[in-house]
Amino acid sequence: MTGSFRFGTPQILFGLAVAILVIFVAVPVLLIFFNALWVNGSLNIADMVKVLSERETYKALINSLILASGVTVTGTIVGTFFAWLVTRTDLPYKGAMKVLFLVPFMLPSFIGALAWKMLLSPRSGYINRFFIETLGFPGPIFDIYTYQGIILVETMYLFPFVFIQVCGALERMDPTLEESARISGADLFTITRKITIPLVAPSILSGALLIMLYSMAHFGTVAMLGIEAGIYNIPTLIYERIHQSAGSFAAIRTGTVLSTVLVIAAALIIWLQNRVLSKGRYQIIAGKSFRPTEIRLRGLRLPLLAFCIAYIGFTIVLPTTTIFLVGGLKTYGLPIAVENMTFDNYHHILFEWDLTRDAIWNSIGLGLAAALITMFAGVIISYVIVKMKVPGKGMLEFLGMLPFSVPGSVIALGVILAWSGKYGVNIYNTIWIILVAYIARYMAFALKANSAALEQVHDSLVEAARASGATMWQALRDIVIPLVRPGMVAAFFLIFLPALRELTVSVLLYGPTTRTIGVAIYTLNEDGETVYAAAMAGVALIIIVTAEVVVKRVFKIEK
Amino acid sequence: MSYLKLDAIDKRFGNVAAVSGLNLEVAPGECVAMLGPSGCGKTTTLRMVAGFEDIDGGEIRAGDKVLSSKAKNYYLPPEKRDFGMVFQAFAVWPHLSVFENIAFPLRIRKLPADEIRRRVDEALRHTNLTALADSRPDDLSGGGKQRIALARALAIRPKVMLLDEPLSSLDPHFREEMRFEIKDIQRRLGFSILYVTHDQSEAMALSDRILVMKQGVVQQIGSPRDVYYRPANRFVFSFIGLSSFLRVRFTGGRMQVDDLALPFDAVDEAPAELVGVGEGVLAVRPSDVDFVDEGGLRGTVRRRSSLGEIVDYQIAVGSQTLRVQKTRHEPGPQVGETCGVRFAMSNWYPLTDASEG
Amino acid sequence: MTSVRIDGLSKSFGGRKILHDLDLTVEAGESFTLLGPSGCGKTVLMRLLAGFDRPDAGTIRIGDRLVAGDGADVPPDRRGLGMVFQDYAVWPHMSVADNVAYPLKIARTAADERDRRTRRAIGQVGLAGLEARMPSQLSGGQQQRVALARALVSEPSLLLLDEPLNNLDANLREEMRFEIRELQQKLGITVIYVTHDQEIALAIADRIGVMDETGRLRQVGTPDDVFDRPIDAFVYRFLGVANFVPMRRVGATWLFPDGAAVWPGEAPGLAGEHATFGCRPFDIELARDGDGLAGVVRRASFLGAQMDYLIEAGGVTFRAATDSRRALDPAQRFEEGETCRLAFRGSQWFDTAVADIEGGAR
Repeated sequence: MTGSFRFGTPQILFGLAVAILVIFVAVPVLLIFFNALWVNGSLNIADMVKVLSERETYKALINSLILASGVTVTGTIVGTFFAWLVTRTDLPYKGAMKVLFLVPFMLPSFIGALAWKMLLSPRSGYINRFFIETLGFPGPIFDIYTYQGIILVETMYLFPFVFIQVCGALERMDPTLEESARISGADLFTITRKITIPLVAPSILSGALLIMLYSMAHFGTVAMLGIEAGIYNIPTLIYERIHQSAGSFAAIRTGTVLSTVLVIAAALIIWLQNRVLSKGRYQIIAGKSFRPTEIRLRGLRLPLLAFCIAYIGFTIVLPTTTIFLVGGLKTYGLPIAVENMTFDNYHHILFEWDLTRDAIWNSIGLGLAAALITMFAGVIISYVIVKMKVPGKGMLEFLGMLPFSVPGSVIALGVILAWSGKYGVNIYNTIWIILVAYIARYMAFALKANSAALEQVHDSLVEAARASGATMWQALRDIVIPLVRPGMVAAFFLIFLPALRELTVSVLLYGPTTRTIGVAIYTLNEDGETVYAAAMAGVALIIIVTAEVVVKRVFKIEK
Repeated sequence: MSYLKLDAIDKRFGNVAAVSGLNLEVAPGECVAMLGPSGCGKTTTLRMVAGFEDIDGGEIRAGDKVLSSKAKNYYLPPEKRDFGMVFQAFAVWPHLSVFENIAFPLRIRKLPADEIRRRVDEALRHTNLTALADSRPDDLSGGGKQRIALARALAIRPKVMLLDEPLSSLDPHFREEMRFEIKDIQRRLGFSILYVTHDQSEAMALSDRILVMKQGVVQQIGSPRDVYYRPANRFVFSFIGLSSFLRVRFTGGRMQVDDLALPFDAVDEAPAELVGVGEGVLAVRPSDVDFVDEGGLRGTVRRRSSLGEIVDYQIAVGSQTLRVQKTRHEPGPQVGETCGVRFAMSNWYPLTDASEG
Repeated sequence: MTSVRIDGLSKSFGGRKILHDLDLTVEAGESFTLLGPSGCGKTVLMRLLAGFDRPDAGTIRIGDRLVAGDGADVPPDRRGLGMVFQDYAVWPHMSVADNVAYPLKIARTAADERDRRTRRAIGQVGLAGLEARMPSQLSGGQQQRVALARALVSEPSLLLLDEPLNNLDANLREEMRFEIRELQQKLGITVIYVTHDQEIALAIADRIGVMDETGRLRQVGTPDDVFDRPIDAFVYRFLGVANFVPMRRVGATWLFPDGAAVWPGEAPGLAGEHATFGCRPFDIELARDGDGLAGVVRRASFLGAQMDYLIEAGGVTFRAATDSRRALDPAQRFEEGETCRLAFRGSQWFDTAVADIEGGAR
């Protein structure tokens, strides 16, 4: 489709798109690199290396790697196993299981970490106390403040990455690929081994890489469970340094150096993931509607069902119940019994305490604002990238996708560097700096959702409108916008929901009156107000789940 | 003894009878095509033979071995049936080389390595793939992939090959080539073929017998000439080849199309049984209609399209339309002219034929 | 009713020249078909006509109006034409009626006139009663008709059709092509139709323009012209199945590739020593004996209305076809392995330089 605008409309749109991306995305990231690599006005890599070889920084790097690798391995195994179980066997209640396995995705993992803390902290965790006091064990059966503990909790909330990808691949796979193996003489287990798994390997790998990426960039769980034991990863070390020194130059420097490493690692992973998906992915999508034959589990049917239910109970029901129960305790540490329960905590945080009340409204406001702004910006930029033939749009695409490989902590840091007064605008410690960070962080999602929707609008649809007598603007109004609207709505919710429960970014940017829900929970926990933290977490869960359900309803209507 | 016997096969999906009372025997070396519109049950039947669906009635045997039996509640899984099968979308494994694709069934059967090598080479030769043994399937075109699928099915030296619309995903000009390649291989190796297709010219070109199905019920089983010249009912007539229909009234010892007289010598035979009923449908193939200068059924040429070697006429006969096709070498009238037509071969059907219901 | 005049049109894409100095005139009220292989540039030409791309050189006139070239660049929405795309381009979020009415809505036609014309267009394509349906509820053929109705509703003087029947199944294709032809004749619109399918072209065109893969027009003429009097072997081969046989002249006789068999008919008046002779399957007459070319039947297939033969004769393999009715007579039915005699009741001779020396059936 030609840019058949007259005078400068394409240029205006293009300029706008570039401006948005440069100001919000490129500048913060560039400043990070600049700060890390330039010392006193000149390029200095040696100094960077020096910072990295300090004992604590070095350890943080290694820990990030260890934790991420551990979570990736366990998460991949768990995710693949459940995906196979739910799509290829005759497990009962498969449909329900599929939905339930996706629930962890909805729950913020730091809330999960909080719950597990309350259950398995070595001295005061309820499970440990039960084993010691009631069953007479000598010591705690599991100490959550360990590498294993962190990996355990992260796995529970990250395995859906692999689960979703593998489920999708297995469901879309052409069943005749397996049928031809059957007719060639192979039984169902041989087929799974030699045909099915190798063919979905790219999806498995892709999901695994996503787990790795998220784990490396993750703040919440490691902060909740690792700081106690001195286990720091990159985001938590950055946080600690900056917080302790109230933003000193040295701390920021450590932060930017670590960020650079993180960004490079993340970029590497994204690149790998793209290659795996594009080259490794075989054309195995089915056309016909015959479904693949199920493997009969026979004797294993009920035990495996029990296992799945136990898993779901363990990873979803147990922590959630704990959160709500502890949130209702009069004081932390009291045994859970009716006489120790009260609604006062919930009442307090919702209606009386402005710290928590503000946090809730801040998060909702920030979520809505960020979602709206990125939705509209996303449409404009996507349109330029997908539909317009202007030189330099490759650069736009790159800038737009940049935030994917820039972890939250890095964006927060970059935003601090950019908007703390050095360049004229000082919004540090205000709600605006968090908003700006959110826009940067979530722009990539908006672009992806809108691009996908725009690509569905074939050029011939617009050309048919032109041939029917419509000008370019009329065609946009009558054809493109209505067809892209579902994509825009999807983008909105793709951003609103994560923004609601976000922690990694806002924890580096909050001020006394600008806490978010995540920050409120975290700081309450840090200050030892465990019961209030739990109550806040409970409220957060309710808000998040309600929002998710509303979104699903809205989507059903839209469709 | 037949290689494949389907005995009173029934299959239901919910309340819908997908296949009803199907009987078929495939002799050694015979190629039988199952033909019909989509949803007629031909693919379901093939899948029942292959073992991917179980049966709700009847029995399937290969030689003297029972494969599926409803009465005995017996079902042999697909991996034990020793058929060669080729699927519509090729189903060639992209992560294995051409050689490994073909060797797969042999490895499963745990044949010794040199025997595997020999058989794969043989299959490669039959399908002209010897030079591409180490390539990846995605490097080959659709036709190449189909050959891999064929070679893989041949490797186990099956007695019966099951082909599920194997050519419909290929380029039109390639389809013809592959048709005859499959036929040649069949002649050389002597296996039977059970073939599913919706393309009737393919069925005609390839098969010894054609089984025409509609909504799960077999309409006719016969050789290509049988189903073309002696169709069992109106559905088979219109499904195979081109057709044109005229409503004819029988009054006072004469035949009439609307107000026009249809002379008795214009048809090859008049149907005694329909004369008593009063009306019927004359069904003809456009290529079986001849132009006559005098006599015959009179009509006017409404449209004359030169389609290259064939000339297609639309003749208005009263309020009805007749389609005629001739080769360009044969003379014919121009648009607007009146003409007479004679039906060299005609089929008669009652006004409401159950098969068209 | 408008004519279309294209003068010296050239267009390149990415360094490759697609159209070279093309000249073409389509008369008012004519049904003109551009026939050519995929990638030959016919779609590029359509898009230039519609105004979605600008030519590098040359001019386009619709009626008397200069719409492209020589400084003019009338946008698509002002060229007054109707267009049907290969993928139908029916808007999924609008009903059938809304789709068809859109051009009139843009033109701000009064509501009752708009409704009347919309209903009429929908009726013309045989979709009466389906006005409220959404495209997702329609079959491919029905969507194609919606696209056609939409293109016709504004009563354009020129209709462009870009391979609109490609995605339909064979039966529907046959039906629709005659329908389009009838509609065109009834409404008297000028139609330019682009396709690679020679059967469609032959069925619906007043004149056909045959393009080759380099974007050049090889021949323009009526269907009978291009089929019976092809200007070269490319056109001959593109218009249908063809046998090509390389022939060599010795003295006054022409020899087949086996060096022995002699061309049985009248010698063509060609000068050189080499030539290619082409014939169609139905041009070949088979006989048991006589003085035709001796041959052996390699394959005989019954295809319903015709018998399809592969015959080895004169050192070359011929594809022959006969009316299957004749084959009912055992004397006229040839089986595999039998000998026969070939006579050619139609043939086309070409200079060697133009034809590929493939020899034999395609």
